[in-house]
Order: sequence, then structure tokens, then C-alpha cells
Amino acid sequence: MRRMASLRAAALLACTGVLLAACAGTSNTAASTPATSSSAKPCGTVNIADNPWVGYEADVAVVSYLLKTKLGCTVNISKIDEQVSWQGFGTGQVDVILENWGHADLVTKYITTQKVAQDFGSQGNQGIIGWYVPAWMATKYPDITNWQNLNKYSSLFVTSESGGKGQLLDGDPSYVTNDAALITGLKLNYKVVVGGSEAALIKSLQTATQQTKALLFYFYEPQWALANLKVARVTLPPYTAGCDANPKSMACDYPPYPLNKVVRVAWANSGSPAVNLVQNFKWTNDDQNKVAEMIANENMTDDQAAQKWVDANPTVWKAWFAGTGLTP
Amino acid sequence: MNVEPEPAISVRGLWKVFGPHPERIVGSPEAELSRADLREQTGCTAAVRDVNFDVAPGEVFVVMGLSGSGKSTLVRCLTRLVEPTAGQITFEGEDIVAADQARLRELRRHRFSMVFQHFGLLPHRKVIDNVAYGLEVRGMNKADRHARAHEVVELVGLQGYEQAYPDQLSGGMQQRVGLARALAVDPDLLFFDEPFSALDPLIRRGMQDEVLRLHHEVKKTMIFITHDLSEALKLGDRILIMRDGAAVQLGRPDELVGAPADDYVADFTRDVPKSHVLTLRWIARPPVVGEPLDGPELPATTIIRDAIRDVMHATAPVKVMSNGQLLGLVDHEDVLRVIAGEPQPVSV
Amino acid sequence: MTILTADLVPSSRRFDRRWSIPVVLVAWWLVWRFGFGTHNLPNGGPTFIQDWFLRIRNAADAGRDSSPLFIYFFNPIAKTTGSVISSMMSLTTNLGWTGITGIASAISLWVAGWRHGLLTAVGFISFGVLGLEAESMQTLVQIIVAVFLSLLIGIPLGVWAGVSNGFSRVVTPVLDIMQILPTFAYLPLITLFFLIGPASGTIATMIYAIPPAIRLTAAGIREVSTATVEASESLGATKWQRLTDVQLPMAKRTIVLGVNQTMMAALSMITIAALIAAPGLGASVISALIKLDVGAAFNAGLAIVCMAIVFDRVTTAASVRTERASRAGGAASQRTRLLRYGAGIGLIALGVILPGINRSLATFPDRWVHGTRNPVNSVANWTQLHWYGATSWLTTTVTHWLIDPLQSLLSNTPWPVVVLGLALLAYFVGGLRPAIVTAGCLMGAILMGLWPSSMTTLASVLIGALFTMIIGIGFGVWLGRSRMADQLIRPILDAGQVMPPFVYLVPCLALFGATRFTGIVAALVYASPAVIKIVAEGIRSVPANTTESAISSGSNSWQTIVKVQLPMARGMLLVALNQGIIFVLAMVVVGGLVGAGGLGFDVVNGFAQSVFAGTGLAAGLAIVFLGIMLDRITQSAGRSRRTTD
Repeated sequence: MRRMASLRAAALLACTGVLLAACAGTSNTAASTPATSSSAKPCGTVNIADNPWVGYEADVAVVSYLLKTKLGCTVNISKIDEQVSWQGFGTGQVDVILENWGHADLVTKYITTQKVAQDFGSQGNQGIIGWYVPAWMATKYPDITNWQNLNKYSSLFVTSESGGKGQLLDGDPSYVTNDAALITGLKLNYKVVVGGSEAALIKSLQTATQQTKALLFYFYEPQWALANLKVARVTLPPYTAGCDANPKSMACDYPPYPLNKVVRVAWANSGSPAVNLVQNFKWTNDDQNKVAEMIANENMTDDQAAQKWVDANPTVWKAWFAGTGLTP
Repeated sequence: MNVEPEPAISVRGLWKVFGPHPERIVGSPEAELSRADLREQTGCTAAVRDVNFDVAPGEVFVVMGLSGSGKSTLVRCLTRLVEPTAGQITFEGEDIVAADQARLRELRRHRFSMVFQHFGLLPHRKVIDNVAYGLEVRGMNKADRHARAHEVVELVGLQGYEQAYPDQLSGGMQQRVGLARALAVDPDLLFFDEPFSALDPLIRRGMQDEVLRLHHEVKKTMIFITHDLSEALKLGDRILIMRDGAAVQLGRPDELVGAPADDYVADFTRDVPKSHVLTLRWIARPPVVGEPLDGPELPATTIIRDAIRDVMHATAPVKVMSNGQLLGLVDHEDVLRVIAGEPQPVSV
Repeated sequence: MTILTADLVPSSRRFDRRWSIPVVLVAWWLVWRFGFGTHNLPNGGPTFIQDWFLRIRNAADAGRDSSPLFIYFFNPIAKTTGSVISSMMSLTTNLGWTGITGIASAISLWVAGWRHGLLTAVGFISFGVLGLEAESMQTLVQIIVAVFLSLLIGIPLGVWAGVSNGFSRVVTPVLDIMQILPTFAYLPLITLFFLIGPASGTIATMIYAIPPAIRLTAAGIREVSTATVEASESLGATKWQRLTDVQLPMAKRTIVLGVNQTMMAALSMITIAALIAAPGLGASVISALIKLDVGAAFNAGLAIVCMAIVFDRVTTAASVRTERASRAGGAASQRTRLLRYGAGIGLIALGVILPGINRSLATFPDRWVHGTRNPVNSVANWTQLHWYGATSWLTTTVTHWLIDPLQSLLSNTPWPVVVLGLALLAYFVGGLRPAIVTAGCLMGAILMGLWPSSMTTLASVLIGALFTMIIGIGFGVWLGRSRMADQLIRPILDAGQVMPPFVYLVPCLALFGATRFTGIVAALVYASPAVIKIVAEGIRSVPANTTESAISSGSNSWQTIVKVQLPMARGMLLVALNQGIIFVLAMVVVGGLVGAGGLGFDVVNGFAQSVFAGTGLAAGLAIVFLGIMLDRITQSAGRSRRTTD
């Protein structure tokens, strides 16, 4: 027994030795060499939050691709949810959120009160929130896209979850929604059913399209899924300032959401050229949809998709380098 | 002067009550309740109630009762594996109940040891290390304890099995290991908690003989728990019968069989072949007028079974003598009546 | 279900009670019928607990740079864990896939034998074949660190809980909370305390993985035969000697099983840890999920399954070997042992040297990669296209006939009646204690301000448990009676148990829509395997001679099952029910992602929006209350059954 024990110890020792050797022998080769081209200031590390939807992933793909390849930055991408991303401004672990959808509470907490984050301006995308039906419904019932006719069709939208009323399907709770108040305000015979995730929304839309099932749902653009799935937007009474004041009952459409960037204050003052690039980053819904579509449907990696877009749209992104000290 | 030697262990007013606040039961009117009533009223169970006895040095003292009679709890109280609720336990003049943990450990390491019904062996240790475990616990070095363990292994007839693991042995052999482990520490007092009840009858008998032989060789005081009357009668110098936690009767084997204290004990002993247990003292009767008094003499302590031949061969009734005095007579019919199992007129 | 369990009891003491349960139900129904919708608590009734949670969260957020608790406690923990993980990750990269495979196989070979060494090699190579070598290594490192730390904490605490009744009583409810409280509910908090990244992921994982280590260690210590413990005590062993000589060696096997359970628990957390930026296979699953790419998610899930199977089989075999080795003194001969050690060292040397000779050997060769993404996507699309009619009919039917009525009964009866009714049912099933626990837990749900959500969730959980039992008994009986079926189905069950729910969330949505029933289906996929296994175990443990005597007296198969095997396995059936409920409950949050609403949605909402963080935590606690309630009721049903036997 004792002999075996010492043998075992010897074996373990031997292994440890081999491991250490392996470690020492190769650890240097892992360091990467940046592909900086000219006289830009040193970039350092940029921590970008990657929120879990494909459009955002497209933002990150392109921006981080440019940061890495043109400015030689080290980019850390954290795949995290929005709330956690904002927390990262406090802990110093997140420098950049590239696509912020409102979040008044977080703005108050981290920008106004704690002063750790700051608004870095529009990123060009317009968040369009609204009610949609699959395209086939708009073809079959042309007047369905007017909210005043929704009650006429409510029986089409009855599901096991809607208790005899028409179902209005909502998605991820982190998106802004006034739907319950809208139903009250517009006196619609509908009930909000919460899907609980973006996946639930998109999958329901896919099914409704594929199986020609009725579906009325809360949705938004920019949205990669709309590249394959055709939808029609339901017109609601137009938005006027203050029409959404009463949280219990309202009768107007969602306003367009200008999506913005939010960055950590300390990072914004760091003087890194990456700050300028992020500040200048601005593109259209169409741009984002293109990249997102490549990532989601064409099975490209983020870098591949970014590279393809960058190659095709030099005029768009070259403008982002103003102030970086680099003219690509 | 007291001719009795000082008892090895002496028990006075011992109680063990399980349940909430057991100490309030002892000495209260509730202590008089039957076990079922006590449980109903207080939620407590009196496993041992007011037990008293002395065990003489070198004696084999048997505690007997059915399962649930409290005998196992009693023996655990004696070594404080179970804390008694009330009472005194004196071991060679020392108050066991008052002993602190360190002293108790000391006593268990050197003075007491115990053999268990389910052996309680360490399955991951070899026989030799199981036997030496008590010595190891004391802190004895390996060579010394193995030397001692080898002696004991030989004493219980396990030589050749030192390197085996418990699982590789039969039940009887495992209990020999248990016995050896208890003997290895050379205790003054050995406790046996139904050590053979898990064994086959044939092996059980062998083990009983083994205990008798060991007792003869090592002269240890033994307290032996069993539910088997024949085992009790075979091993015990004296027997304590327990029922529902209380002592029912304490006496020599022949006293229990010959003079059961109540119906319970009588019921117990009914199937015992009386001629195997009772002595001539129990059946000697005064001479009837005109009866011949020239028969052979036999001492009163002769067991009936051993006297049968003499009684049957004698032409006159046998004279039963005690200290040179004539206690009475025994003839063919008296002996036959015993063997036929008829109720005996109780004498003395 | 309560009726079902009561019917299993033929004993005379219970006979009159059998009627009491239907009586309670009928009375309840009458109250519902005539008092419909009155005296109900709205969601967000008393919200002070939710507000309080939110304040704590905000205080932590604000104080994290100044509070000494952060500077001297949380931050160092996060930093140390983080740096250990990152250095181990670079080590795995440097060793290359051959090195890791060699080391893992050698360890398995040593602790579990030749067959398991081979299994490990195949398992580790499969990561590369699935095209997920790097991700698998990242996951592996985090699992190793999390399991190591969990055991470091869990085993000593388990020993303590094993020897001390007092500590055991204190720690049990804490463990219940750790195991039932949905991770989603406290994930934002963890990142607040331990920062974003692998360290937080590891700590979130540990919260879930420590309880089995504690529980099984304690159980192992407690189940050491009292005779042996007494024997050592009677020889004057000190408590320490008793622990080291008797209790720990004899509990070794159960403790190794605890290691096994800890590993499985840790593996089941990796997708959730990915939500706070823990890299690896979990991140692959999430990334596929947001693209609704079923094939890619399945592919990553399959790698997790492979890893789980390797861990499970190796630790199980190691546990059996520990037992055998300790009892027979190592049956293997010196020569075979030497051979084993030699072969192991050889494997490691080979694995480590290969990439040293040629650096390109460190990465898994591309032409060996054969992912499962495309075929799985084809199957998923076909299924969705052709089954939708049937599945949507099923959704509607079950919702109409089961979910809606039960939910209405729970939600639309005045709340005091619901509390009283459930407490009475608990009383008749298990006695006074569970009745008090039931009432207490329901009051807890009220205190959380989440009564309607709780009732929605309770309805779903009860129906989920019912279906789980139906499936569990159906398959369990089959597996219990047929060796072949068992061998055929068991790998699928193993896979079902460890496949991350996020993988089958999208297919479930495709087939059943965003509905409460989808939540139940997801729960079924997750809970059924365990229940099937337990039922099969119960059937198998019925003594052969009992079954034989039934057959010899002319019973057909159906009679044998219904009259002999199921009644005799009822103890295990109750264990299965208990576990089924706990597993279904664990999926409440996933249900919240697919339209089940209730507490699950509240938790998801709290995760998504910081203003609802308090509500999310409260909803998590409400789930704990439901869990403890259902657990105690089913457990007491098992106990009261045993005492009447």
C-alpha cells in the first residue's frame, strides 16, 4: 500500500512538472500584436458591454472590429444584460454601451446621481416601437392595420392565454411598453400576454408566418428578424408630446426612440482615440440590419460580418475617425 | 464484618427517560404510570425505571428481557453511552455518573469494554487493526498494539485471519473480532449487548462456550444482555429479568425457574426443562411417616438431572443433605414428577 | 394529486381521513363558485419587502467604492477567483487539446479504471469534434474552480451538519433557499458584489453547487452505522478520533457521490452564469438562443452533456471503487496498478509533448470538426412545420380543461379560503407540522406582495408535477421491468437532465407558442428524466419473490404492475413526486421566458429592469416559499405512510 502511495505521489509530481514546463515554454506566444498603421495615440483597453440581441451584437461587431484593426485597441466584450451593463459603469468594468433603449431609471441612477456614466449622443439608429401583424394578415384583411378595426378582428387573435379576448403578445420585459395602458385608452377588446423574451416574440412571428396563424404583437426596429419575416405595422393615433403622461391609460403611438450611446465618465476622459470613435459612431437601421442578418442568418462570426460591412461601406465608417488622429 | 466482597459495579435507583424534559418524571406521581399511559400523558418513554443491583467481581451477570424491555438502554447507561436520567452507578467505589468526559474516556479506554450485537467493526480496516483499535485510541504505538492484538486474536481463535477485512468473514468470525477488540484493552469489566443474537443457532452455541471458556481463563466480570432465556441460564451466575424498563426478578438460574416472582417470569420459564436447572433442594420433602431413611446421601446443590441415576438406582429415597443436615428426601416419583413438568410444590 | 396519494393508503387509521380530502376540495369549490373573485389580493399588495430589497440593492450599488466590506471582502474574493480562473484558462490554452485530454484521461484512469479512462478520452475529443474546443475548456476551468471551492466549503460544513443536530437544523432551510431561489433573482446582485465576469459566474455557481456537497456529506456521516460509532465511543475514542477513524472513512462513498452531485449542479448553472459574462459553452448557448438558432444551441448543449456524462460516470465509478477498495483492501494486483499508473503518466506525457513538438497540434484539427448544427436545424424545422397542428390542439385542450380551472380555483377564491384549504389538505396528507408550514409559506407569498403571481405559478407547478408523474410512472415502470429499455433510454434521460433548458426553449416555443403550457412542457423535459429514474429504481427494488408470487398466482402484467409493483414502490413514488415538484419549480423562471407569466415572469422582469429588482427578489423568495411548502407536504406524506405500515 505504502509503495503504491509514494508511486502515486511521484506520478502527480511528474505531471505537475510537465505542466509547469508546458506553461513556461509557451505562455509568451499568446500575446497578440496590434496592427496599428500610423501615428495614432495609444488606445489601451476598451470594455464594451454586449447586450443579448443581435442588432446590438452588430454594433459591437463593427465598432470592435474597427477598434482592434485600425486603432490597435484591446477590446473586452462582456456578454451581459442591460441592467448589469449599467452596473458595470459603477464597478469600472464597462466603458461603453453602444445601443441604449431609454432606461430612465438607470439614467437617473448612474448619470444623474452617481455621475459615473454620461450620454455620448445618438448612434443613428431609430428605435421604432409599435404593434405589428404578419404580412399575410395585412394582405388578407387590408383594414386590419388601422387600430380602429382591431376590435372587429379581435376574435381572430383569441388564444389559450387571452381569456376570450384578443391577444396582444409582448416580449422581453426590458423593453419599454405601454401596451396595457394603450388597450385601456383605445378601449380595445384585447389582453396583453407577456411572452417574456425576444425569442418568444420572434418565434411566434415565425410560426404565425409559416402556419398562417393570426398574431398581433409588440415589436420594434431595427430588427434582424425582419430581413426574413415580413410584417405590417398597425397604425395607432399619432404621438403628440405628453399624450403618454397617464401611465394607466393612453391613446397614442410610441414615439420614435433615438438610440444613444452611454459611456463611463472616467473612460471618456482618458484621451484614448477609441473615445472619439465611439462618440462619432453613427449608422442607420439599414446598416445594422445588414450586419445583424449576416450574423444571425448567414452563420458568420462577428468579425467576418463586420469585415464584410466595413469593406462595403468605407464612407460611413471613415467619418467616425474624426479626432482620433488617424485617417484610414 | 461484611463477608461479601466489594461489588465490581453497583447500581442504585437508575432511571432513563426519553422525551421532553425527562428529569421531571423521576420522583413525580407520573413515574408510577404504566409505560403506555406515561407516553400518552407526557410524551416520555421510561426505558429504565428504578433499577437496583450489585455485580460481584468475577461474576457473569445476565440481564434478560424481551425487546423493548430496556435492557440495552440499561447497559448503555452503565458506561454512559446513554446518559442516565437519575440514579447512581458506582464502579469500584467511583461514581460513574459524576465522571467528566475525560475521566469517562479514561475508564472506557482502560477499565470497560463492550461487545455489540451488530459487531460495530470498521469495514475499512483489517482484522488486526480492528482488534488493535482500542489500543490505538489510547495512543499505544503500532508495534506494541499489534503484538497485543496478535495475542488476543489467538485467544479467540482467529489466527490466520489477521490480514482479512471484516466483510470477508462470516458473522460468527466477525463477532470473534468484536470480542477480541473488547479483550485487547484488558478491561476489568466486559459488557455484552446481545452479542450472539444475530448469529445462527449452531454458531451461537459455540460462541457461548467460547465466552464460558474465556471467563474461566481471564476471570473478568461480565455483564451480559440477552433476550434468550437458555443463553441466560447457561451463562449467568445471576440473572436480572426486566420488563417495561423495570426489574422484575433478580436471582440465580434455579431461583428464577423454581420460584418465579410473578406470572411474567413463570410464563418465561415455563418451557425450561426444570430438571436441568433446579437442584435437589427444590424438591426435597419431609419424610412421610414410615418411610425408610437408609437411602444414599446427596448434597442439596446437585442438579436434578445429575441425580436421576442415583435416585432411580437407590432402593430407598435419597437423603438430601446440606451442611451435614438432612434437608429432606427425594424418591423416584419426585424426580419423575419434575421431568414430567408437573407444577412443583415450592419449598424453602 | 393529494387525492392520488391518499388513495394509496389502505390502513384503517387513515380510512376516515380519506374522505376528508375530497370534502375539503368540494367545500373549496363551493366557496369558489359563490365567492368568485372576491377578497383577492392584487399583485403588489403589501410591497414593503420589495421596496426594502430594492433599497438594499441600491445601497450596495452606491457603497461599493467606499464600504470596507467591499474593499476588504468582496473585491479581494472577486479578484483572486478571477485571476485563478484566467491563469488556469491560459494554462489550458498552452496545454492544447491533446494535453488536456491526456491529463483528464489519466486522472480518470487512476480514480476509476481503464474503461472510464477511455470514456474520458472520447468525451474530451468530442468537444473538438463538435467544434467547441475553446469554449469547452473555458467551461471546464470554471467548473473545476467552482467545484473545488464548493467542496472546500461544503465538505467541512457537511461534516459539521452530520455531527451536530443543532447546526443541521439551522443549515437545512438555508440550503433549501440556496437550491430553490432562482439564480435569475439574485444574479444582478452577485455582479454588484463580485463584479462582472467569471468570478461572479463561479460564485453564482457555487451558491447552487454547495448544498449537495453539504447535504450528502452530512447524510454520509449520519448513515454510518450507530453500532460502529458506539463501539468506537465505548473504547474511549475522542470526538476527533471518532470522526477521522470511523465516520469519515465510512462516509467516503456518500461524500464522493456528493462530489458527483456538486459537479452536476455546477454544470447546470453554466448557461445562467453566461448571462453575466462567464465565457464558455453557456455563452455559446445564449448566443445561439438570441439568434433562435436551435442547431447551434443544441450543439453547445451536446458538449455540456458530454462533459456531464464524463464527470458523472467517472465520479460514480470512483465512488464504487472507493467502497470496494476500502473493504477488500484493493482487489487489483500490484502489477495491474503499476500498469495503470504507468499508462496514465504516458498519456499525460504524450498529450503535453505533442504540441511542444509542433505548435499546430495544440489546436484541434479543423477537418475533424463535425458539428450537429445543420442536421438539428433541419429536424427542428421539419418538426415545427408538421407537428404544429397537433401541438397547438394539445396546448388549447390542456389549458382549457386543466390549467384554467385550477388557476381559477386558486386565484379567484378569497385568499383566506385558499390558505385554509391548502393547510387542511396538508394536514390530512401529512399532519400538523406540514399544515403549519403550508399556512406559513402562503402567508410568506402574501407578504411578498405577489399573491396572484404565486397562484398562477402554483397552478402551473401542480399540473406540471401531475404530467411529470404520469410520464414518470409510464416510462419508469417500463424501464424498471425491462433491462433493455433501460439501457436504451437511460442515455437520453441523462442528456435530458443536463441539457440546458435554453436549448429546448426555442423548439418548445415553436411548437406550443408563448403560453403557460409551454412553460409546463419545458418543465416536463427537465423534470421527467429524474422522475423516470426514481420510479424505475422503485420498481426494480420490489423483491423478485413478491413479483414471482404474483405471477405464479396468475396475475397478468397489468395486474402485477398495478397491484404489486406500484403499491410496493410507493415510497419511491413519493420521492419521485417530491423531486418532480422541485424540478418543475426550478423551471418556473424559464417558464417566465416563454409566456408562463406568474412568479417566473416577475423574476425575469426584475432581472431586466432595475426598478423591479426588489420585486424580482421577492418573487424568487415566493418561489422558495412554494417550494418549501410542496416539499414538506410530500415529504410528510412519505413519512406518515411509513409509520402506519
